[in-house]
Amino acid sequence: MKSFKALLTASTFLGAATAASAVDLEVTHWWTSGGEAAAVAEFAKAFDATGNKWVDGAIAGGGSTARPIMISRITGGDPMAATQFNHGRQAEELVEAGLVRDLTDLAEAEGWADVIAAPSLLESCTLDGKIYCVPVNIHSWQWLWLSNKAFEDAGIPVPTNWDEFVAAAPKLREAGKVPLAMGGQPWQRSGAFNVFMNALGGKELTLKVYEEKDAEVAAGPEVAKIFAAAAQAREMAEGSNVQDWNQATNMVITDQAGGQIMGDWAQGEFQVAGEVAGEDYTCLPGLGVNEIISTDGDAFYFPVLDDEEQSKAQEALASSMFNAETQVAFNLKKGSLPIRSDVDINAANDCMKKGLTILAEGGVVTSVNQLVSPDTNTQIEGLMTEFFSDKSITPEDAQARFAEIIASAD
Amino acid sequence: MAEAGLIDHTDAAAGIRSRALEGPRGARPRRVLSRRNIILYGTLFVVAVYYLLPLYVMIVTSLKGMPEIRLGNVFSPPVEITFEPWVKAWATACTGLNCDGLSRGFWNSVRITIPSVVLSIAIASVNGYALANWRFKGANLFFTILIVGAFIPYQVMLYPIVIILREMGIYGTLTGLVLVHSIFGMPILTLLFRNYFTSVPEELFKAARVDGAGFWGIYFKIMLPMSLPIFVVAMILQVTGIWNDFLFGVVYTKPDIYPMTVQLNNIVNSVQGVKEYNVNMAATLLTGLVPLVVYFVSGKLFVRGIAAGAVKG
Amino acid sequence: MPSARPSQLFRNLNAKIASIPMILTAVVVFLGGTIWTVVYSFTNSKLLPRMRWVGFDQYERLWSTNRWLISIENLMIFGVLVLIFSLVIGFLLAALLDQKIRFEDTFRTIFLYPFALSFIVTGLVWQWLLNPDFGIQSVVRSLGFEGFNFDPLYNADIVIYGILIAALWQGTGLVMCLMLAGLRGIDEDIWKAARVDGIPIWKTYLFIVIPMMRPVFITTLVIITSGIVKVYDLVVAQTGGGPGIASEVPAKYVYDMMFLSQNLGQGFAASTMMLLTVIIVIVPWAYLEFGGKGKRHG
Repeated sequence: MKSFKALLTASTFLGAATAASAVDLEVTHWWTSGGEAAAVAEFAKAFDATGNKWVDGAIAGGGSTARPIMISRITGGDPMAATQFNHGRQAEELVEAGLVRDLTDLAEAEGWADVIAAPSLLESCTLDGKIYCVPVNIHSWQWLWLSNKAFEDAGIPVPTNWDEFVAAAPKLREAGKVPLAMGGQPWQRSGAFNVFMNALGGKELTLKVYEEKDAEVAAGPEVAKIFAAAAQAREMAEGSNVQDWNQATNMVITDQAGGQIMGDWAQGEFQVAGEVAGEDYTCLPGLGVNEIISTDGDAFYFPVLDDEEQSKAQEALASSMFNAETQVAFNLKKGSLPIRSDVDINAANDCMKKGLTILAEGGVVTSVNQLVSPDTNTQIEGLMTEFFSDKSITPEDAQARFAEIIASAD
Repeated sequence: MAEAGLIDHTDAAAGIRSRALEGPRGARPRRVLSRRNIILYGTLFVVAVYYLLPLYVMIVTSLKGMPEIRLGNVFSPPVEITFEPWVKAWATACTGLNCDGLSRGFWNSVRITIPSVVLSIAIASVNGYALANWRFKGANLFFTILIVGAFIPYQVMLYPIVIILREMGIYGTLTGLVLVHSIFGMPILTLLFRNYFTSVPEELFKAARVDGAGFWGIYFKIMLPMSLPIFVVAMILQVTGIWNDFLFGVVYTKPDIYPMTVQLNNIVNSVQGVKEYNVNMAATLLTGLVPLVVYFVSGKLFVRGIAAGAVKG
Repeated sequence: MPSARPSQLFRNLNAKIASIPMILTAVVVFLGGTIWTVVYSFTNSKLLPRMRWVGFDQYERLWSTNRWLISIENLMIFGVLVLIFSLVIGFLLAALLDQKIRFEDTFRTIFLYPFALSFIVTGLVWQWLLNPDFGIQSVVRSLGFEGFNFDPLYNADIVIYGILIAALWQGTGLVMCLMLAGLRGIDEDIWKAARVDGIPIWKTYLFIVIPMMRPVFITTLVIITSGIVKVYDLVVAQTGGGPGIASEVPAKYVYDMMFLSQNLGQGFAASTMMLLTVIIVIVPWAYLEFGGKGKRHG
């Protein structure tokens, strides 16, 4: 084995020599579509301005593709300098294992806690009182997107809340429309369910179920209402034969469907299709019932590196991501909300401004991803996938299984 | 050539090779428009349509603009032919910040595929040869483990392999990746070669032994020249598998040697934002071109390199 | 055959040296990796492998999970169908191509080309073709057959057949190639003898040629079945396991558990069960097939 190693050192040296001069940091993320890439470019620009160099390691496909790469790279002893994760508990164990860099000093020096838009954002980066990641944006799930034209075709006014939408469903059917567009992927189904929980059940119920993991509440009458709403949605979604979320959004854009429950990233689709908020489509935060948004989104983690210069550059990168100017530039391109309360986005469109107002008024609920482990989350996804596609499962059965999952949740 | 089995063993290999030039066998068709021919070509034609339909959809889609695709019908030919998706897929589609399309990873894929294919086929053919003709004690035990290994889902082996590569000090290098491809190609290829060499007439082998040829001598002089079709099959398997591999390429290397499939994945699999189906299709067809060219070229070898003798199981 | 045998160890030395890569791979990677996986399936490892024993907990959870049970059922149906259809179709196509036909190269390439494409897009294309709103169903309906129903991907009862169609499209070309290589290895004399004896062609194939192609069939069988057990990408690209969980497969369960749920222990338990099944089926067969009847010893 030794000689084999020696043979290979030669080639490794070559690689190391070229990298030594400037501090290059390899950053892994899964932002690969047009708008996303433009947003990342803002980060890269800001970081390059500090005299270092951003080496882009984009991998599409989301966390399930990126995670094996990241973990292999770290356990293989050759980590990247920074990597994206969703807000939440995905990287918890890497932090516990001491593989992720502690950013507490930097965060305190720059006073992150004073300017953060919602405390839960930093909380999800915190373990045992130390900060391990930089939150970079807020994406919220609780939006109902409606096609104005679809309702016009059906001869009814555009609903202003979920109940009106449910009432309008038969008319939409008569007009040959699918009332609710919904893709087939598990995360879309559990996402919609959680939106019902947030918007129809309210913040307190959400926290009781997901934070306190109270199985009795999960089996109780309040959650039963949520399942009843989900069953209604299941009826309304019948006939939407699409997989991807943006195909479902496209049904709304082309007025084949009345509406869709989807996060604020759906806005990008409307924009690309040349639709204008208020004229062609309507957005209802919190389903128009309970104006509340969640703090889902993305964060960057910085694996521990041996090289001192690189470690310094990591801090520079973290700092430039949190920087007010970068935040504005980045989030405008990304279509998400900035994580700082002390910045102003004038260029935001109507829907985004609604979101900003809700955020400023504190209508914020912690994202489910931050409250439960990925394992529990996938179990809920599995249940919702079954429930939404199989009409033989009654809301009562589904609720019983849901309560079981909550009882054993971590 | 009917007396192939009778001629002197030293000429056997040559005789077999020359006979191989005759091409396919089976009953010889007589008239062009016989009933048999109509059924034969009719069947082949119908099956070919089933195989070509998706290709048609891919090509048609890749030549449409996005507004046209949004309209629906996947079978309708493009109203306005555009090559932009092809150009975009090859040269300007963005992978994060690097906007140079598939072209970025093309040479990396070549650099990964060639050594991996050569090494894996070399190792496996020698394995197969040793197993078929020079069996030693315990060989079958290792071979059985190898075959069971073919059934392990790759994903499960990700982490153990990381540890092995780290201990060898080649994690994150091209060498490491080539090694991984050779390891995972080994079970099926070894089986392929072992079964093929088993079917080579025993007389050839014995005669060569009498002439004093050893392990390597027989391998290079007798076995290799008469095994063209199986080498072609092995090459098809490996070129396709390694060229299309995404998981190993991305997990065991670094961005500067990422294969083309990483860009393909990035183009096809964007989770947020608009899916550009035309670019997806163009990118897929472009990525598939290399294996396709290999199929075309190897097709000639296939016909020419017909094996010797009867298959004895 | 050699006259002097210094010791057992040095007998057949060249073959042993040549087999070192194979032995290392078998022992270190496959055996080692398997043992590693089995050991960690008894822990509650989440994102990183850790030695925290939980006994058979992961297995209890596995067998009480609806999704896993459906995955196994799907794999069995899918597996049997793929095996039968790809062998039959592959062999028939190879036999047709072996009739001294014109354009053999063209036909062979047409049947084989899907194999060159990545699963990600195969899934996508077939997802389109089978989409009731703009795929085959809508085209047939627009031709006037209003009652035509063909929506396998959106009907939980038949979704597995939708995947089957795509899998056969992608895979039979290779089977055909293997069969063709086997057919080309059949001695011309056999055909001549059969013709002289007046045996019908189909009988010659069934009772003479196919038995002679046994090694080829075995190779093909292993390639197909190992592909079936590992089927993952196609399902992900075509249905994502849906509708609901109707088209879930075991390899997807393993992957999702490891990297989506971040529950390595559960993923390892599932893959241990997969391996165990394979071992129970393969090992006795492999011993019958490869062991025993020693052919040539150097």
